[in-house]
Amino acid sequence: MSKDRGKPGWKSIPIGGTVLEAGSSTKYKTGDWRAFRPVVDEKKCTNCLICWIYCPDAAIKRKEKHVEIDYDFCKGCGICSAECPVKAITMVEETRG
Amino acid sequence: MSRESDHNGGGDKRMKTRMGFTGDEALAYAAKQSNVDVVAAYPITPQTIMVELFSEYVANGEVHTNFVCVESEHSAMSACVGASLTGARVLTATSSQGLALMHEIMYIASGLRCPIIMGVANRALSAPINIHGDQSDMMGSRDCGWIQIYCENAQESYDWTLQSFKIAENPSVLLPVTVNLDGFILTHAMEGVEVFTDEEAKTYLPTSKVECRLDPSKPATVGALCLPDYYFEFKKQQDEAMKHVSPVLLKVTEEYGRLTGRKYGMLEEFETKNADVIIVCLGSTAGTVRSVAKELRSKGKKVGLLKLWLYRPFPSKEVAAAISEAKVVVVLDRALSPGAPYGALCQDIVSVMYESKTKPIVTDMVYGLGGRDITPPEITSIYEEALIAAKTGVVKEQVRFVGVRE
Amino acid sequence: MMVTLKELTTEELLAPGHRLCGGCGASVAARMALKMTRGPTVVVQSTGCLEVATTIYPYTAWRVPYAHIAFENAAAVAGGIEAAFKALERRGAWKDHVDVIVFAGDGGTFDIGIQALSGALERRHDFVYICYDNEAYMNTGIQRSGATPYGASTTTSPAGSVIPGKAEWKKDFAGICAAHGIDHVSTASIAYWNDYMTKVRKAIEVDGPAVIHVLASCPRGWRCNTSDSIKMTRLAVQTRFFPLYEIEKGKYKLSMKVPKPLPVEELLKAQGRFSHLFKPERKGELEKIQRWTDENWNRILSLCGEKPEQPPLQPGPA
Repeated sequence: MSKDRGKPGWKSIPIGGTVLEAGSSTKYKTGDWRAFRPVVDEKKCTNCLICWIYCPDAAIKRKEKHVEIDYDFCKGCGICSAECPVKAITMVEETRG
Repeated sequence: MSRESDHNGGGDKRMKTRMGFTGDEALAYAAKQSNVDVVAAYPITPQTIMVELFSEYVANGEVHTNFVCVESEHSAMSACVGASLTGARVLTATSSQGLALMHEIMYIASGLRCPIIMGVANRALSAPINIHGDQSDMMGSRDCGWIQIYCENAQESYDWTLQSFKIAENPSVLLPVTVNLDGFILTHAMEGVEVFTDEEAKTYLPTSKVECRLDPSKPATVGALCLPDYYFEFKKQQDEAMKHVSPVLLKVTEEYGRLTGRKYGMLEEFETKNADVIIVCLGSTAGTVRSVAKELRSKGKKVGLLKLWLYRPFPSKEVAAAISEAKVVVVLDRALSPGAPYGALCQDIVSVMYESKTKPIVTDMVYGLGGRDITPPEITSIYEEALIAAKTGVVKEQVRFVGVRE
Repeated sequence: MMVTLKELTTEELLAPGHRLCGGCGASVAARMALKMTRGPTVVVQSTGCLEVATTIYPYTAWRVPYAHIAFENAAAVAGGIEAAFKALERRGAWKDHVDVIVFAGDGGTFDIGIQALSGALERRHDFVYICYDNEAYMNTGIQRSGATPYGASTTTSPAGSVIPGKAEWKKDFAGICAAHGIDHVSTASIAYWNDYMTKVRKAIEVDGPAVIHVLASCPRGWRCNTSDSIKMTRLAVQTRFFPLYEIEKGKYKLSMKVPKPLPVEELLKAQGRFSHLFKPERKGELEKIQRWTDENWNRILSLCGEKPEQPPLQPGPA
């Protein structure tokens, strides 16, 4: 496949299919999977962290007073919005460009 | 089985301690002396003595090894791979159906570059069920990426087990090794074996220095999913590692020869120099063939024996050099390769001969399946027929079954 | 021992950027469990959704040492790793205690993996085995497993005109593990994060094997919205369909009493994999499932030394 030609060859990769860099998946931004994006109403957010613990992608960041979505990785599954006890998160259709 | 072999060196260098061991026991004793960290194994005839004797060493506190009595051979190899990833020295043993059961994990062990040593008591594969010696089990797994060594006698079983650790753990190799012993014939026959003292063995083979790949201070992921964009490169790496085996093996056997007076290599030639007929075989049958060849030579017949210690990687150049000047090469295959033009070993020999300028006639004898004995008279007639073919240039059948009732 | 969310570490040992489906319960189960580690930890996995989607070379989502070998042998591999660290410690080549945690799906556990698990439990290796149960072989395309509930439509037990989904009942996995006489077995649900995470920490602290059977939703295979992922695992508990309990040294203890259970129908109608059971010709099936749920609940109650409930609930109006 021509798009693979830029990838490293057998001489340079570690043996046995080992991935040496822990957490290297953070280089792969899954944020572009979204069809809907969660929007946090910071005034409503009580910082209870329920959305944070349920996020399958660790795409919610804990801030001082409220949570913040990490849009680099958020896949738009909507769990945070569904589970938020104070309905502080709304799912809004993702737009591009 | 012949007790004499040609590769012994000077008497002063021989090890002082001599013990009576069967092939199984010799391997277990070598394991005991090899500072092995984990043994995960499941019993199967005729390998059982290997694990039973080793578990006695464990129960008597003679080794620091963690002996895991797993519930199947598949789990045995799985546990071995897991253990090997921590950098621990790992050994196991099996046979026949057990080897077949762990087959998928064998590819994984070599693919993940785990230097595991496994004693294989070569035994026929079902069906029909048969617990006796032939080489069909290892031949069925010959493409699994493991280094494969065949032993002729108990001494070799002991010597090769120790040497295999050094070959496997070499950083340019890092591949697992099977040490093959003919079931019952070798595993259960007692012979005198010269062994290191425990101190000598510790010096020869100190504890494993293989890197821990599951080190919490450097977290790595082993066993990743490699899609079509990467899988091929890892297989190429494995192939390259196989190419490093022979130079490493030669260094290891050189050192061992200096220490013990027994110098091994990839193969052993007996009277092949001007031989018209050479028999090629693996394992204990070589002993019988050698004694027949000696006798025929004493009568002026120009016959020889090529015994391979190293089967994978196949020592192509060395084999070609050893047999290309002969008129007839008879390959003894102790395994059946149904539907193939030749048995497994013969396929390799014929492939190697294809490139050779001089091409002997190559014929294949399938023998000894299910532990069927092959006798000196049968080997004598194989040589005699081949000597006739050497003169006439004609061979009756390319592939024949020896010793089967019609 | 209970936890509060604010006390939990912000360290993510399962990093984002993994390629599990949005809303995947398995990733929630793994992420939650990894917040309860107590020191150096090695993760072992069997082949499955969680493994395949988190370790696509050259990316890995794992920030702990990780080994994946094959499908049916995670428990055997874990045993080998544990034995090796112990042996290395014995000869002075290793100092720290390393916790070994297995994450394996119901696929790699209930069926093909049960032998390796049984052996590892019997040999008393010191490890934690967390079975994330999404109730089918999801990674290969939603085929039925021994964990698939009765009546569920999967690709190998499809809801056909003659056979309405899976004809067999879910294995009592916790009971199987407890029968090995190990110290700790528990069931959990990702919806009840406090209960689950407390159990994970308990399991890690057990000196010997511990098993957690955690219900982890698969919106794709269960045919529900991704946003309902957690809700499904909550409903399973609230309908008593998936009871939460612990078995410590053979003694059963209910973790959640569920005094006012919802009818099982509430769970089944929320997932497309059960939708065929709502056809008029399949009415008897719903009653069967409700009856099984009630009997199973009573079975657990008796094992806990409590009185079974009378009478069993009836399914609600259609």
